[in-house]
Amino acid sequence: MSMGKKIMHWVDARFPATETYEYHMSKYYAPKNFNFWYFFGVLSMVVLVNQLITGIWLTMMYNPSAEGAFASVEYIMRDVKGGWLIRYMHSTGASAFFVVVYLHMFRALLYGSYQKPRELIWLIGMGIYLALMAEGFFGYLLPWGNMSFWGAQVILNLPAAIPVIGDGLAEWVRGDYIISGITLNRFFALHVVAIPLVLVGLVFMHLVALHHVGSNNPDGIDIKKLKDKNGVPLDGIEFHPYYTVHDMVGIVVFFICFFAVVFFFPEGGGFFLEPPNFETANALKTPAHIAPVWYYTPFYAILRAIPDKLGGVVAMGAAIAVLFLIPWLDRSPVRSMRYKGILSKIALTIFAISFVALGYLGATPTSPTAVIMARVFTVLYFLFFLLMPIYTSIEKCKQPPERVTGGH
Amino acid sequence: MSHAEGVNVQRRRVLIASTAAIGAAGVAAVATPFVRSWYPSAKAEAAGAAVTQDIGSIEEGQMIVLKYRGKPTYVVKRTQDMLDKLEEVKPLLVDPDSSESVQPEYCTNPTRSLEPTVLVVYGVCTHLGCAPNYRPDVGAADLGGNDWYGGFFCPCHGSKYDLAGRVYSGVPAPLNLPIPDYNMDGTILTVGEA
Repeated sequence: MSMGKKIMHWVDARFPATETYEYHMSKYYAPKNFNFWYFFGVLSMVVLVNQLITGIWLTMMYNPSAEGAFASVEYIMRDVKGGWLIRYMHSTGASAFFVVVYLHMFRALLYGSYQKPRELIWLIGMGIYLALMAEGFFGYLLPWGNMSFWGAQVILNLPAAIPVIGDGLAEWVRGDYIISGITLNRFFALHVVAIPLVLVGLVFMHLVALHHVGSNNPDGIDIKKLKDKNGVPLDGIEFHPYYTVHDMVGIVVFFICFFAVVFFFPEGGGFFLEPPNFETANALKTPAHIAPVWYYTPFYAILRAIPDKLGGVVAMGAAIAVLFLIPWLDRSPVRSMRYKGILSKIALTIFAISFVALGYLGATPTSPTAVIMARVFTVLYFLFFLLMPIYTSIEKCKQPPERVTGGH
Repeated sequence: MSHAEGVNVQRRRVLIASTAAIGAAGVAAVATPFVRSWYPSAKAEAAGAAVTQDIGSIEEGQMIVLKYRGKPTYVVKRTQDMLDKLEEVKPLLVDPDSSESVQPEYCTNPTRSLEPTVLVVYGVCTHLGCAPNYRPDVGAADLGGNDWYGGFFCPCHGSKYDLAGRVYSGVPAPLNLPIPDYNMDGTILTVGEA
């Protein structure tokens, strides 16, 4: 026996190294017909790693106090060697995270990846999405710019809409009568320690659950039904080396796009880094137009569409909560949009348009026309979910094939 | 659960339940300082103490902004014309008599103030907490022209208030601007104490 093999034997007797590697990589059989949409899961992992590493480096130079925060970000940008690159990778990474996660979620809607037996993967994924929104929110206060301050002011006033306990709750979250250095300090702790721990834990569970039941595919059919004499699915290929190599291509293309933004458009036209954030937080001066960062704007548009404060908060919460229910709202006998009926296709198209439209409306100042449009799209957004049990059960679906199509 | 012979299952259940209950009480006790540490600290409370300002030099129609508990607090010396407009604007308001809104007892009156000319309100929109802008320009075209009697306009979501901080109807803000406790000793205004 070679030295290397001996060492692995020694390790495997004490820690399931080879077993784990085989289970998750070299003997994890993924459907061979993955398409473009299947890059976004691995890209989410890539961005997570980017955020963790750049984030750790930023904490080395950042000062989480009301007096020092804004100046320390300027210090990172101007004086720290390579600091501007690390910070732009982190700030662009935040937006990139939501881009790939939204596309990843859309993939799930497209191919029914939340359906039985993958309900828990979807729920854990929704948990990741919530943690990510919290992470983005806490992180956005840290540069202590004026939009950081006022954006947080608006969001932290949402719990105040809750009757009776609302005001006390908002005060408890802020730790002051207004957003102050105290709030900044706790947001820093939540952003760099608490939420990342939760995120990494949930991502781990997401993958464990996925590898337990196996990946879905664009045809939405179960590849484990047909296996060869060794018990390997006929339409499955080893994750490593086939998909690791395949994903490398996607990662390189992603990095080309990502660094094009980092180097040439780090402010993302005011959507990634908003102009008022280039001046320091000022409690006595509200920016002319407060908009959250683009990845929250669909929900912000729903909040603003409702003329009642508590009603707006409830509607916004419901817009997120209803996503959790999808696995039980979809009554279709097939998973993939390829074989679902025309009603599902129309519904998903309208939903996608509504989501993007709400995102646009939430980012722009209100006007009477915009409010009416936001209301229309809010209704369409909710109808996608509320009518799902009906349109998925009455429509005529096509018969999915026995074997996956494509991927030769 | 399988049981070895001779085990008193009932006694074991009681012991498990009582241990769990005491454990839960322990968890609650341990959680207390963690939860309490999020409340405003003694330092934050001290920084939120009352503020005093001599307002004798404010011109009529002028507004100054005081900072009380980190919140912008608007002090406007209203002209007689502005006070007259408070009656005219009433049909456009949600709560012209301020029966729903937050203000001290001594400000629950038509001018919402201790002294009719001096308005003291929090500059904190009751929608989502932005600071409304002071717009005393009656008839401003961007604020509804003839329906604008002067007041405060919130740039965040377009809420409008009159010169007593009373909210217009048809805007997102539900309530009139809140009024803090304050007192006047001659021209000396103290915000934060009745």
